[in-house]
Amino acid sequence: MTKEVKTNAKIPLVRIAKRTNISRFKSWGVRIIAVIIALLINAIVIYSITNLNPIEVYKSMFLGAFGTSRRLWSTVKEVAFLLCISVALAPAFKMRFWNIGAEGQVLVGGIATAACMIYLGDTLSTPLLFLVMVLASIVAGAVWGLIPALFKANWNTNETLFTLMMNYIAIQLTSYFVAKWENPYGSNTVGIINKTTKAGWFPSLFGKEYMLNVIIVLALTIIVFLYLKFSKQGYEIAVVGESENTARYAGINVKKVIIRTMAISGALCGIAGFIGVSGASHTISTNTAGGRGFTAIIIAWLAKFNTLTMILISTLIVFLDQGAKQIVSDFSKLGINDNVADILKGIILFFILGSEFFVNYRLVFRHKHAHEDNKVTE
Amino acid sequence: MAQIIQLLQSAIVFGTVILFGCIGEIITEKAGNLNLGVPGIMYLGGIAGLIGTFFYESSVENPNKILCIVIALVCSFAASALGGLIYSFLTITLRANQNVTGLTITIFGSGIANFYGGYLNKLAGGVGQISVKTTSEAFRTTLPFATSFGDFGKVFLSYGFLVYLAIALAVIVQYFLNRTGKGLALRSVGENPATADAAGINVTKYKYLATCIGAGISGLGGLYYVMDYIKGTWANDGKLESLGWLALALVIFATWKTVNSIWGAYLFGVLYWMYLYIPGLGRSTQELFKMLPYVVTLIVLIVSSLKKKPEQQPPASLGLAYFREDR
Repeated sequence: MTKEVKTNAKIPLVRIAKRTNISRFKSWGVRIIAVIIALLINAIVIYSITNLNPIEVYKSMFLGAFGTSRRLWSTVKEVAFLLCISVALAPAFKMRFWNIGAEGQVLVGGIATAACMIYLGDTLSTPLLFLVMVLASIVAGAVWGLIPALFKANWNTNETLFTLMMNYIAIQLTSYFVAKWENPYGSNTVGIINKTTKAGWFPSLFGKEYMLNVIIVLALTIIVFLYLKFSKQGYEIAVVGESENTARYAGINVKKVIIRTMAISGALCGIAGFIGVSGASHTISTNTAGGRGFTAIIIAWLAKFNTLTMILISTLIVFLDQGAKQIVSDFSKLGINDNVADILKGIILFFILGSEFFVNYRLVFRHKHAHEDNKVTE
Repeated sequence: MAQIIQLLQSAIVFGTVILFGCIGEIITEKAGNLNLGVPGIMYLGGIAGLIGTFFYESSVENPNKILCIVIALVCSFAASALGGLIYSFLTITLRANQNVTGLTITIFGSGIANFYGGYLNKLAGGVGQISVKTTSEAFRTTLPFATSFGDFGKVFLSYGFLVYLAIALAVIVQYFLNRTGKGLALRSVGENPATADAAGINVTKYKYLATCIGAGISGLGGLYYVMDYIKGTWANDGKLESLGWLALALVIFATWKTVNSIWGAYLFGVLYWMYLYIPGLGRSTQELFKMLPYVVTLIVLIVSSLKKKPEQQPPASLGLAYFREDR
C-alpha cells in the first residue's frame, strides 16, 4: 500500500551542496562577475558621494593610476611592495598557519635595513652594505616569524593571536627607533636617510628608479610559485596544510615543517621591509608597512596561495588606492578625502570573498517533482 | 597621591573603550566566530553616533540631552551591528574565511569612519572643527555626588554613565554565558557546532545573533571613545584602530571571561599611561612602555597554552565555519 506523506514543507526551497569539480573557466567567471558587480556598486557609492558621473570618476581613477609614466611607476612600485608581502605569506598560509603578523615582520625588516643604512652607510662599500642589509632584514623578519612558530609547534599556542600581538610589539619598536634616530631633532620622523650620499639606496636600473624593486619582487614571486608547486618542501607544506595527522602518518616532521616555513615566510617579509626602506621610501616610520601587512593577508588568501594570481589582485587593490587619491585631487572642491579608497576596497573584497562560496558550493532549488521523491511506502 | 589618582582616572577612561570592544568580541568568539574586524566595528560605532548627533544638534536650537544620548546609542549600536551582519553573512552563510573577512571589515569600517569624519570636519569648517558639544557633555555628566567623596569619589564616581554600563554589561554577559540555558547553547556552538546541531540548537541563528549583538556592543566602545575620550570631536589619527586591536588582545588576556576583562581593561590603561608618571623617561623609552599591554597579553597567551587548562583555552571551533554536510 502506498501512502503519500506530505513532507514538502520540510524540504527547503534552496539547498546547498558542495561542488565536486568546477572548470577553471567557470570559477574565474564567477569571480569576474563578482568584481563587476562590486564595481557597479562602487559606482553607485561614488555617485551618492560625489554626484558625478561614475564613468568620469573611474576614468579619473584609471588615469590617476596609469595615466602618466610617473604615475604608472608609482603604481608599479606600490604593487611590487604589496605583492612582495603577499608572496611572503603564501608558504605560511598554504600550511594553514595564520600568519597575521606580516605587518610586524615587514617593520622589523625595515628597522634592520634602516639601522644598517644609518650606522654602516658611510663605512662599508656599496656591495658589502647591500649584503649586510639583505642579511639583517632576512634575519630580523625570520626571527619575528620564528617566535610564534616555535610556540605553535611545541605547545600549540594559537598563532593567529600570537602573530597579531607581535605586530604591535614591532610597531612600538619602530616608534622607539623613530624617536631614537629622529632627524631633525623634534620632527618625530627619521627623515630621508643618507639624503646626500644615497648610501644603501637602490640604484636606478635602465633609467628607472624602481626597476630593481620590480625585478626582485617578480623573481621572488616566481621562485615561491615554483617552490610551493614543485619542491619536496612545498609538497610537505601542502600536506601539513590539508591535515596534520595525514602528514604525521606519512612520516613528515610537522614541527620541523612549521618552523622552517614560518622562518621562510618571516624572512620574505623581512625582505619586503628591506625593499620598502632601501628601495622606496628611504626612511622608516610606523607607516612603512602602513596596513599592507593586513591587506596582503587578504590578497594571499583570495589568490589561493598562487603567487601569480596575487599579481592580479594586488594590482586591483593598488589601482583603487592610487585612483582614489586622484579623485580626491581632481574633485578637490567636493571636500572628500582619500579614505574613500578603503570603502571601495572593502566593498570589492566583500564581493570577492562572497564569490568563493559560489565557486565551492552550488545552490540546489527544490524541483517540481520533489513530492514524488517523498512517497513513503509502507 | 594626586598623580596616582590621575593615572587611575585616565586608565579607567582608556579601559572603558577597550572593555566595550572586548565584551562584544567575547560574545562573538564564544559562538566560534573570530571577528578581527573589531577595530572597524568600533570605528563604525563611533562615527555613526557622531553623525547622528551632529545632524540632530545642528537641526534644533536647544538639543535635548536625553534625546542626544538615545540617538547616539541607537545609531552607534545599529551601525556596528550592521557591520557584524556583513561579517555574519559572509562567514556564516557564505562560509568565507573569518580572518580575512574580519580584516576586510576593519579596512571597510575605518574607511567609512575616516571618510565621513574628514567630510564632517570639512562641513563644519576645517580640521578638528566638528563638535557635538551637548551630546559629549551629556555623556560626560558624572554622578551628582561624585565630588563629595574626596579621593574615593574621584577614582570611582567621576565618570560618565557608559563606564558603569560597561562594568554592568561585563557582569551580565558573564552571568548569561555561564548560568543560563541560552548561554550554554551559545558556548556549545563555539566549542562544537556539530554536537550543538545534533542537540537541536539552531547553530546559524546563534552565530548570527552572537556576532551582531557582540558587534553592537563593541561599537559602543567607539562611541565612548568619540564622546568621552576625545570629547565629541573627530580625528583621523588611527588611534581608535589601535584601541580596537587592544580590545582583541584583552579578550585573550581575560581568557574569554568578561568579568576578568574589567580589571584587565583598567590594567591595560595603567600600563598604557604609566610612562607619563615615571620620571626621567626619554621619548624613545616611552614608546617601549606602550608595548607593555601587548607583551603582557602575549605572556598570558603563552602561559595559558602551556598550562592547557580547559577553562582558559579559546573556544574549540574558533575561526572555523560550520557546514552540516561537511563531515
